[in-house]
Amino acid sequence: MTLITSPNIAQADEFYAELLAAHNGLSDAQSHALNAQLVLILANHVGDPNTLKEALTLARQGFDTPP
Amino acid sequence: MPYDYAPFPYTAPAGLTEPEPRQRVVIVGAGPIGLAMALELAQHGVSSVVLDDNNVVSVGSRAICWSKRSLEILDRLGVGARITGKGVTWQVGRTFHRAAEVFCFDLLPEDGHKMPAFVNLQQYYVEQFLVEACQANPLVDLRFMNRVTAVTQNGFTTVEIETPDGAYTLESEYLLACDGAKSPLRQMLGLEFDGELFEERFLIADIEMQGDFPSERRFWFEPEFHSGQSALFHKQPDNIYRIDLQLGWDADPEAERQPEVVVPRIEKVVGHSDFRLDWVSVYSFQCRRLARFVHDRVIFVGDSAHVVSPFGARGGNGGLQDVDNLGWKLTAVLDGTAQPGLLDSYDRERTFGADENIRNSTRATRFMTPADGVERLFRNQVLALASKADFARPMINSGRLSKPCVYPTQAPDDSRLPEMTRPGAVAQDAPVGNGWLMDELGRRFVLLCLGSDTPEVSGIDVIKFDPTQMLRARYLGTADRAIYLIRPDQVIAARWVDADAGMIETALSAARQ
Repeated sequence: MTLITSPNIAQADEFYAELLAAHNGLSDAQSHALNAQLVLILANHVGDPNTLKEALTLARQGFDTPP
Repeated sequence: MPYDYAPFPYTAPAGLTEPEPRQRVVIVGAGPIGLAMALELAQHGVSSVVLDDNNVVSVGSRAICWSKRSLEILDRLGVGARITGKGVTWQVGRTFHRAAEVFCFDLLPEDGHKMPAFVNLQQYYVEQFLVEACQANPLVDLRFMNRVTAVTQNGFTTVEIETPDGAYTLESEYLLACDGAKSPLRQMLGLEFDGELFEERFLIADIEMQGDFPSERRFWFEPEFHSGQSALFHKQPDNIYRIDLQLGWDADPEAERQPEVVVPRIEKVVGHSDFRLDWVSVYSFQCRRLARFVHDRVIFVGDSAHVVSPFGARGGNGGLQDVDNLGWKLTAVLDGTAQPGLLDSYDRERTFGADENIRNSTRATRFMTPADGVERLFRNQVLALASKADFARPMINSGRLSKPCVYPTQAPDDSRLPEMTRPGAVAQDAPVGNGWLMDELGRRFVLLCLGSDTPEVSGIDVIKFDPTQMLRARYLGTADRAIYLIRPDQVIAARWVDADAGMIETALSAARQ
């Protein structure tokens, strides 16, 4: 399994709205906590170590170059 | 009953009055590692002198968790039955977050092993048993109150030694530094550790109390009795319990070890004040090692070579695996049956083992004492998730307990045979006849033949068993026969489904280099 980077969520706008709604009423600290749990839950669902590595690499891209 | 720290006898060494002959091996340090090293060499027929600057066993429980592999090693040295007989056997660990149990592990879920997963026994008992075994062994010359003050080497080693009656010098072919985490020999050679130092302090206490606590390891994250910190609880023999409490980096070690501070903390842990404080210490920890363990004729073994945080019991257990690895190699070099290059494989294999121990204990320490910011965020959310999703439970890291590493090797292997007994791994025990496979593996290279004809190979012991169900599971897998070449330290050197004498001789000579 390799990381899917092409669009893969059928109703992307719907998901985006649900993601924001999941944070409704949370403080910044609580939102960070929720995001951390979400990362762990989704990572466990993916499972495959190579796919996870690719995801980490993709997420990290751009953070190492000065703004 | 408090342990009786009776001093061992000191006798003035012969070297004070006339020069002594050059020794084959001098061991510095009569802790568990130095003492085990002397017994290991003695079993190979090699005599040694053991020097220690003190004359009592170590004070306090210190290393208490002895792993299955350590128990097998100690059993071969003749003290296994005493240690398992005196110690508290356990294999289940429970981890709590606040009041709720969030993770439980069973370290030895299968039977058919002579030794249990873990035995808790205070280090002072292990040292006492080893000292008594050394005293009974004519090949071990144990010298208390002999403090090494200087070392030089030039094709052999010379140490200068101070005793209550004056100073003398002693030469040896090899000098083994088993002098612990603060190793004076390491400092005399100007060597330094590389690695990570953690900014965290733990209080460690032995208490004596009556009680019927189960033989389990218990670990708490953020317990109600010790707000925001972590705690570890172990049962030991003699109604002694060991408690480790996280204090935070800002804690003042001197103040924290005072009974008026310690006792109220312990009262909160055990829920009453009906106990006696036996020993208290405050420690911080590091996960570091020497770049090389072999420095010409001076060889570092145990904590002098590598140190880890205590969560995972990888200090003393890692050191005993060093002993096991070095004994036969040093013997072969001293006897001239192997080139000194064989000692490079001690360095290569045990730095590999130390790195695995350091990696595991560093990760556990990170989880237990996360840095502020994202590290703490993820740690806390793993703990929070554990109560609502099973997958997060094994991510909770309160220490991954010591297991022997599998040495990297290119030796012959066959994919039909089980992974657990691949080359580089320690052999797995199993019942054979009326005894145990581990007891059948001697102090030399041995060929283990299971359901296979015995190949004609000279100069090697052959043992042969009809495959039982357990031998099949651990050694045959999907094959119906196999031949294993096993090293003197019970590490599997090579294995085949079918092999001829030439293949075995090639693997044997590779394992001796």
